[in-house]
Amino acid sequence: MDKNKIIELKGISKAFNGEQVLKSVDLDIHDKEFVTFLGPSGCGKTTTLRIIGGFVTPDSGEVLFNGKKVNHVPPYKRPVNTVFQKYALFPHLNVYENVAFGLRLKKMKETEIAAKVAEMLDLVNLRGYEKRSVTLLSGGQQQRVAIARALCNEPKVLLLDEPLGALDLQLRKEMQIELKKIQQRLEITFIYVTHDQEEALTMSDTVVVMNGGEIQQIGTPQDIYNEPINAFVAKFIGESNILPGIMHEDYKVEFAGDNFVCVDKGFRPLEPVDVVIRPEDITICPPSDTVINGLVESVIFKGVHYEIMVRAYSDLWKIHSTKAPEVGSVVGIDFTPEDIHIMRKMENSEDYAALDHLNGEEAGTID
Amino acid sequence: MTKLRSRLAAGPYMAWMIIFMIVPLLLIAVFAFTTTAPFDRDGNRLEEEEAALIMEEELAEWEENEVPLEERESAVVEKTVFTVQNILEVNKYMPTMLNSIWMALVATVICLVIAYPLAFMISRMHFVSQKMMLMLVMLPMWMNFLLRTYAWMTLLERNGLINRFFGLFGMGPFEMINTQGAVILGMIYNYLPFMILPLYSVMTKIDNTTIEAAQDLGASRLSVMLRVVVPLSVPGITSGITAVFIPSVSTGIISRMLGGGTNMLIGDLIDLQFLGNAYNPNLGSAISLVLMVFILLCMSITNAFDEDKEGGMLL
Repeated sequence: MDKNKIIELKGISKAFNGEQVLKSVDLDIHDKEFVTFLGPSGCGKTTTLRIIGGFVTPDSGEVLFNGKKVNHVPPYKRPVNTVFQKYALFPHLNVYENVAFGLRLKKMKETEIAAKVAEMLDLVNLRGYEKRSVTLLSGGQQQRVAIARALCNEPKVLLLDEPLGALDLQLRKEMQIELKKIQQRLEITFIYVTHDQEEALTMSDTVVVMNGGEIQQIGTPQDIYNEPINAFVAKFIGESNILPGIMHEDYKVEFAGDNFVCVDKGFRPLEPVDVVIRPEDITICPPSDTVINGLVESVIFKGVHYEIMVRAYSDLWKIHSTKAPEVGSVVGIDFTPEDIHIMRKMENSEDYAALDHLNGEEAGTID
Repeated sequence: MTKLRSRLAAGPYMAWMIIFMIVPLLLIAVFAFTTTAPFDRDGNRLEEEEAALIMEEELAEWEENEVPLEERESAVVEKTVFTVQNILEVNKYMPTMLNSIWMALVATVICLVIAYPLAFMISRMHFVSQKMMLMLVMLPMWMNFLLRTYAWMTLLERNGLINRFFGLFGMGPFEMINTQGAVILGMIYNYLPFMILPLYSVMTKIDNTTIEAAQDLGASRLSVMLRVVVPLSVPGITSGITAVFIPSVSTGIISRMLGGGTNMLIGDLIDLQFLGNAYNPNLGSAISLVLMVFILLCMSITNAFDEDKEGGMLL
């Protein structure tokens, strides 16, 4: 047990109206860590956050803060504060009073409150807005007030429930960087809920990928992206080609009608697996006998790169490249052994169902 | 063009307002500030005693000469004149006026105390339960007002249900009917829904996350109520107070049925001036006018608390 664990969840389960939202979730959150719960809507990430915040009591399992069980401790007695999805500012109070709300409850001296509020408004770049009514602020400004208000109480842990969901893209990116800076400056733990994988990868120290009420994978953004544990994670984090394969022996995998050398080991002989190859890891080369050859079906300009769909036998490959081959031409699909990520098949079919749902319009990349 | 059309659309309402609100109000004002006084044929004001003397002499003369009724023409005529006498006379009824205001105030405060937690509870319920509870709140209003009040009469009577119940335990009978308490009870019973409904409608607009945010920032249940729910429901509180206080202060029926005439309210008094044996519409109008000014004063005080003017006045 390392000492800097600040929150532990042990076997947390929760059902709403008979629907199992969380299925035995185990999770450790460390001090000064930026943790992101990432997953599609309904995966249980918000419920997990609300359990930590104290707004939801788990049906079973334990919530520990610094090793102490807090399952039934009400929200106002927990050392955490929350930034809510819809800001939840107090419409009857101005910016200053919103931020000062928690301090007033602590019966702080007026001069101390003024100093603290000023400090917080500085932190979120809202100096000079003290007397404004919160109902007249823009979405981004309201969000800043909500952050300042939550941080004013100097929580050990700040919970953020999709705080940037309602902002436009440009503002969202600015706020992502700002939030990360705030977290590093204050040296406190942030627990962040989002369904936006890019947001999760940009800001987090640790990403917790959730689906169907279960944690799929916990790891650094690099781990999650480069070593997804299963097809769901691979699909949810970035784009991928997912192909069914068979692991013949260590470092040897068969898929797409051929045998390949890979860097993975530790599978049963002839174990069926999912093979994931990122579109940007594939290079297009002239057709030859040493690579998979396919017919270019479509080329779409995406700005930074082209998205090229290539059909080789029954498989449809998605490739990102800065050079565009001609539609209808035959090209070779080349990748190195390091680019091949082997994953165990997911256990329950629900996960595959979620995967199909994610696929949406781009069906065909998995069989 | 559209401006004209929108003005035309307001026409029926304006006509309604003028015919049924403005004109009666003006009539009340006219009645309140006038009285009838005797004048002679030349238009000179006569003293009351003078006029009475003249009329007595006239009558004696007519009787003596056997003047037919249609040919009798009096030298004294009644004319309407401006006076503040009626308004000054209201002073005589000040105790009744103050008593009415006091009782309405008590009823309003009790209504608020009962309705506030109830409205909050309803507003936090599941949607279906909310509708159900609201129906229960409004159910008594579907029954006739008089019927409801009669029901209380039979309950509170000396041989009523409540006293008979207490009688089973050897207690009582208690004097319940014809007391101030009974009148206040009648007001509360009849006007409670008017307090619950505006409170509920304002409270449903308070988002649960706003309450959660307050809890999250360290507010206990009590602090959440005092610092978030109450300030946000001020428009509902002022509307509710208005909706209960005004009918309570001017009611006549409730006090007559449950107060048994011993607890006369200002409403009864006005009623007496127009329909009763104390017939004096001028004085009745004057009392009404003073009451109206009183209510307007009260309203402006409560409305001063409602900075946003969101609740709207129920006047």
